[in-house]
Amino acid sequence: MNESLDPRVNRLRLNNSDGSFTIEEGENWNVFEVFHQEKRGAHHEHVGCVHAPDANLALIFAKEQFGRRKKCVNLWVVRSADILAFDLEDEDMFANNPDKTYRDASGFKVMEKINKFKAQSK
Amino acid sequence: MYGGGYIYDDPNRSRQQEEQLVDDPVKLAAFEARITRGEKIEPGDWMPAEYRRQLIRLIEQHAHSEVIGALPEGTWITRAPGFKRKLALIAKVQDEIGHGQLLYNAAETLGKSREAMINDLLSGKSKYSNVFNYPAETWADVTVIGFLIDAAAIVNQVANSKGSYGPYCRALERICYEESFHLKQGHDAFIELATGTPAQKAILQDALNRWWQPIMHFFGPPDKVSSHSEKLMQWKVKMASNDDMRNQFLDAYVPKIWELGLTLPDPSLKKDKETGKWEYSDPDWELFFEVIKGNGPCNKERLNVRKWAEEHGRWIRKALMREDERARTALPVA
Repeated sequence: MNESLDPRVNRLRLNNSDGSFTIEEGENWNVFEVFHQEKRGAHHEHVGCVHAPDANLALIFAKEQFGRRKKCVNLWVVRSADILAFDLEDEDMFANNPDKTYRDASGFKVMEKINKFKAQSK
Repeated sequence: MYGGGYIYDDPNRSRQQEEQLVDDPVKLAAFEARITRGEKIEPGDWMPAEYRRQLIRLIEQHAHSEVIGALPEGTWITRAPGFKRKLALIAKVQDEIGHGQLLYNAAETLGKSREAMINDLLSGKSKYSNVFNYPAETWADVTVIGFLIDAAAIVNQVANSKGSYGPYCRALERICYEESFHLKQGHDAFIELATGTPAQKAILQDALNRWWQPIMHFFGPPDKVSSHSEKLMQWKVKMASNDDMRNQFLDAYVPKIWELGLTLPDPSLKKDKETGKWEYSDPDWELFFEVIKGNGPCNKERLNVRKWAEEHGRWIRKALMREDERARTALPVA
């Protein structure tokens, strides 16, 4: 009668189930951002997110998703909603002021002074 | 990977949640200029309503395909021939589910919740790749899926990874990296059957014959029928035409099948030396649309298994959700 090749279908007689089923909003947990550390002392880098019921399980899920292929010594997770950031529309406040050359190595012309000194003392 | 968790944050949630009925022409021009310059669009950025809609549809369908695609293969975990093949298949099926998670996350950044996506899958509103509505009757079927369907998926995913939406591209980069292992283990199992005993060759040839049509269906209807708009190509949502991807796939894999002494059930399949394009008989496109509509051999079964998992997993999802976390449930996305 039931010709399915899926053992679950036969065991559970799923072909008989026909009712609809709806998941409630939020039922699939919170989103956690995952940060991956490749070796000790390296920066943790953002690699993606997992859905988890709390931070501890988020770590375990993160290990399954992001720690099983490439080299990894540690992972961080943080709930996405706990991250505070600037509004994307305010991006221009990060524009560099090109006048402030004194904050930059290129703003110091030592060779000019040395050459001038050498020329004068000849 | 998707960048910017702040998009989930309530006080920071951008105004784009408000329905955008008409695209601001100035913003639209700036958006199109960015895409032309090869820039990636990120979650908080302004985007045309149709771009958002099409991307949600595309990424969501991709996510569903990864998860549903694990079912025909998962069926064979208990019956894989040998311990090594069983371990590899378990690892692969786990990857596919992981890919589903990555893609659901990428789709969520566009403003549709995971719950809404799964509900649309269960109700039949959202689609997934048609090939997964056919049964995996023998181990050779799993081998053909593992080699050729994954190969076809890679052609598609590599194209899409050069698209314009940042989170989708980054998810695909990681997916393609893992997918190369799938292809390798599929090819290895395929070669083992192809170079094995007469009985092994026979079941492989049989599986190949049955799967050839679904594989030809994989990239969708021919360009002359397909309704993909120029806009979607221009916005880098659709990266290559169906026929181009199909041709690319045939180019790479038909020689690999023929070199093993196997045949394909299409007498007109051959490469035109002049144009570099493959000629083939059209697969049954009416059947293709019938299966999309839900009338394939396994559509109902696949959704029933998926529905069962959600329904019977609910108690544990609820039990694991701590009271304080539940109170802090974040609405995902932009």
